[in-house]
Amino acid sequence: MITIETIGQVAEHYDIAVVGAGPAGLAAASRAAELGLSVLLADENPAPGGQIYRAITTTPVTKRAVLGEDYWKGGALVDRLRPTNAAYAPGCTVWSVAPDEAGGFELGLSLGGQARLIAAGQVILATGAQERPFPIPGWTLPGVMTAGAAQIALKASGLVPSGRTVIAGCGPLLYLLAGQLAAAGANIVAVLDTTPRRNWLAAIAAFPGFLRSPYLAKGLKLMAAARGRLPFKTGVTALAAGGSDKLTGVTVTRGGASETIPCDALLLHQGVIPGINLANAAGCAQHFDTVQHCWTPTVDDWFASSIPGIAIAGDGAGIGGAESAALRGEIAALDAARRLGRLSEAERNEKAAPTQAELARSLRGRRFLDLLYRPAPQFLAPPADETIVCRCEEVTAGQIRDTARRLGVTGPNQMKAFLRCGMGPCQGRLCGPTVVELIAQERGVSAEETGYYRLRPPVKPVTLAELAALPPTDAAIKAVVR
Amino acid sequence: MSEARRSADVIVIGGGIHGCSTAMHCAMRGLSVILIEKDHAGRHASGVNAGGVRQLARHVAEIPLSNTSMALWHRIEDLVDDDCGFTSDGQVLVAEDEEDLGNCRARVDDLTLRGFHHEELIDAAELRRLVPAVSDACPGGVVSRRDGAAIPLRATQAFKRKAQSLGADIREGVRVTRVARDGANWRVETDHGAFHSSRIVNAAGAWADRIAADLAEPVPLEVIAPMLMITARMPAFIKPVVILRKRKLSFKQFENGTVLIGGGYLGRAIRDENRTVLDWGKLATNAKTVWDLFPIMRGAPILRAWAGIEARMPDDLPVFGRSARHEGVYHQFGFSAHGFQLGPGAGAVMAEIIATGSSNVPIDGLGIARFAVSAQP
Ligand SMILES: Cc1cc2nc3c(=O)[nH]c(=O)nc-3n(C[C@H](O)[C@H](O)[C@H](O)COP(=O)(O)OP(=O)(O)OC[C@H]3O[C@@H](n4cnc5c(N)ncnc54)[C@H](O)[C@@H]3O)c2cc1C
Ligand SMILES: Cc1cc2nc3c(=O)[nH]c(=O)nc-3n(C[C@H](O)[C@H](O)[C@H](O)COP(=O)(O)OP(=O)(O)OC[C@H]3O[C@@H](n4cnc5c(N)ncnc54)[C@H](O)[C@@H]3O)c2cc1C
Repeated sequence: MITIETIGQVAEHYDIAVVGAGPAGLAAASRAAELGLSVLLADENPAPGGQIYRAITTTPVTKRAVLGEDYWKGGALVDRLRPTNAAYAPGCTVWSVAPDEAGGFELGLSLGGQARLIAAGQVILATGAQERPFPIPGWTLPGVMTAGAAQIALKASGLVPSGRTVIAGCGPLLYLLAGQLAAAGANIVAVLDTTPRRNWLAAIAAFPGFLRSPYLAKGLKLMAAARGRLPFKTGVTALAAGGSDKLTGVTVTRGGASETIPCDALLLHQGVIPGINLANAAGCAQHFDTVQHCWTPTVDDWFASSIPGIAIAGDGAGIGGAESAALRGEIAALDAARRLGRLSEAERNEKAAPTQAELARSLRGRRFLDLLYRPAPQFLAPPADETIVCRCEEVTAGQIRDTARRLGVTGPNQMKAFLRCGMGPCQGRLCGPTVVELIAQERGVSAEETGYYRLRPPVKPVTLAELAALPPTDAAIKAVVR
Repeated sequence: MSEARRSADVIVIGGGIHGCSTAMHCAMRGLSVILIEKDHAGRHASGVNAGGVRQLARHVAEIPLSNTSMALWHRIEDLVDDDCGFTSDGQVLVAEDEEDLGNCRARVDDLTLRGFHHEELIDAAELRRLVPAVSDACPGGVVSRRDGAAIPLRATQAFKRKAQSLGADIREGVRVTRVARDGANWRVETDHGAFHSSRIVNAAGAWADRIAADLAEPVPLEVIAPMLMITARMPAFIKPVVILRKRKLSFKQFENGTVLIGGGYLGRAIRDENRTVLDWGKLATNAKTVWDLFPIMRGAPILRAWAGIEARMPDDLPVFGRSARHEGVYHQFGFSAHGFQLGPGAGAVMAEIIATGSSNVPIDGLGIARFAVSAQP
């Protein structure tokens, strides 16, 4: 592994560029490099590991029990990459991926305040998941953050929220996180579970699969540990954060009755969804996954997207968890090697077979979790008109509903022109799914029919000075002369 | 207005600002209209352009149409019941050196001789007053004071909604696959069945050459993908839209502080997939021009860049007016990256021609006949 420190050290061309150094990207880069391909692994974080194994090589948390045994498994993935020749660029943001005219790809990178355009024959996007937006009244108050953000602070810096902490939402990670924070010494005064009771009815058919799944033992352990120790409240149907200039409490509705719990920190989590921005901006086709209830890039059995040469591995192509992410990265790398002519189809198939079998096993039982932890409709499309949906441009749920109704706006791209939602620096990461949900609900159509934002590069902001310092291409010089 | 309606006085192909404006003006004149759009109204050039409402630096052949349009932009809310985000803070062409300024002077003199007075030569002091942030090296320029900008998709959809409220039937998600004669009428075949009308308008933007080819009027239309970038909010520092002549730049700060940077650099259009690919090398050159001219922009974060699919003709002028071959066929396309401003006026003039047979607004030099290949070489 060659660690890249400055943008100048990045080569002009790689056989494969892998974006994201979580389990999927680490496995893909290792496998590709082991096959003798030249590989760039770029990740915007300062250290490898992605979300689950964030800061695995640098975390100040030394008590292993705090983050749990699963966390420490990440070290092996990094150890596998070390002996290879892969170039690993930490702190490197990939802000654009586009097909070039030579049949390969051009990538826009930024590292240390400088930008660069490089080429790659194949691209594997392993950009992972993001938390599902969870808009409730008051969620923009200081003191409210996502549970994932709290976990990042814990893993990267050993920090826990100070004061009385409430965790609210649903999904398996909610229990994990509550357990991790409690073990790290957070003062958790309540865990408010919004899992709709009737989800059990939908999920029960998938229960037999779950019984044979690797999630079972792990999940039950997590749940039991968290529930045993923490003040759980289930059946939550509405939430509102209160306070004037900062959070002072959360109002909870259960079984028709409301109460206010005073607190200093409110951590929200409503599950994770694929982070689709880079794939979407690159032009990869996507569809609405009705089981996981989210937009998902469309991939084949080898994780190839609709654009030949771009594969999407890991949770960025559908939530499957860390173990499956690494396996998917491995399979995507084998197929990329086949596309590059390094492996024949038969060789690829042979090498992939055991990994594919393992993948099938690792995904068993997923459906049960997806159905069980599907968010309640009122948390996907906030009923209170004053709830802010787009934080960058301060657009409310009421405005979106009204515009959809009054102006006949049929999709989120049109909504942008009227309300500017999705046009801020986050490029819709925090509002996209909610805007779609609100329009779909107002018009009585599906999310699929409503569509999603057409995202544009740069997927992360680049400064004008950085861009201006890029070497001009021949084509640009000709354009000026013309 | 039933779903089953299959014929009308006029069928408009294409729901960009041109198709929507023509449909609206036809409906205002009491004609029944069906507009057919393969995606949604404003999905392409009309919804993603820079929103520049500019008379400045237009080709003389377009100026009458542009004048008609400008009058409508200044009362746009009365016309379509939506202000379309239109603001009028002028557009300024900045001369970068004395030679450049000499060309500006010649241009303004030429317009004056032709009887057009919307462009005005300005000296360094007036330039500085209008655009305080511009680099000190620039000796003057030209201003067109009634120019401005609007929000493209919002404007296009306002025309669509107004047309609808006047009875026009807007069919989005319906693609025209072929047009052909059918007795005295035109048959417009689509992926949702056929429609009939005695008059059809080809306002199909970057796809209009295909309709024209069906009508045996082939045109050398080039499909282009002009690119734009937008920054995060910056402190307010400029009101008018700024354009350059020598280097390519158009520059506009919105009320909310974001700055739109363009200039006609082209990416790659893949029109059959509704896709474009950006050329970052060219955008870098575009950014460098801004870096030179507006030092305060150097640290601005670029939030998004995009391109739209647009039709360009070899002479950079639109194809506008009756067909050269067929009764009842009208062309309105090929706006060559400056057709947004023309939308309201071009629709009004086209509807007038359709309804009355002629218009007082001169459109000489814009007809499709200029591309007719003569039978004998
Ligand atoms: C906030 C959060 C916390 C999570 N915590 C856990 C947990 O504790 N345990 C668990 O089992 N699962 C957790 N998950 C679920 C997680 O998705 C998977 O377990 C696993 O991390 C997925 O692996 P991956 O390789 O697909 O993506 P990730 O591990 O998410 O890795 C993706 C990497 O790509 C990088 N990246 C993304 N875009 C770019 C770009 N444009 N340029 C450069 N780099 C980029 C990211 O910084 C990240 O390092 C979490 C998910 C989220 C969103
Ligand atoms: C990035 C960019 C910046 C620009 N900036 C400016 C500016 O600042 N000022 C300015 O004046 N102009 C500007 N322009 C130019 C302007 O946007 C266009 O000239 C104008 O919008 C053209 O309008 P239109 O209606 O002819 O075409 P379009 O908006 O392209 O509409 C044509 C429509 O026809 C539809 N269609 C095509 N074929 C079929 C079919 N077979 N069946 C059904 N429907 C069909 C298409 O889907 C499309 O929606 C810019 C253009 C771009 C791309």
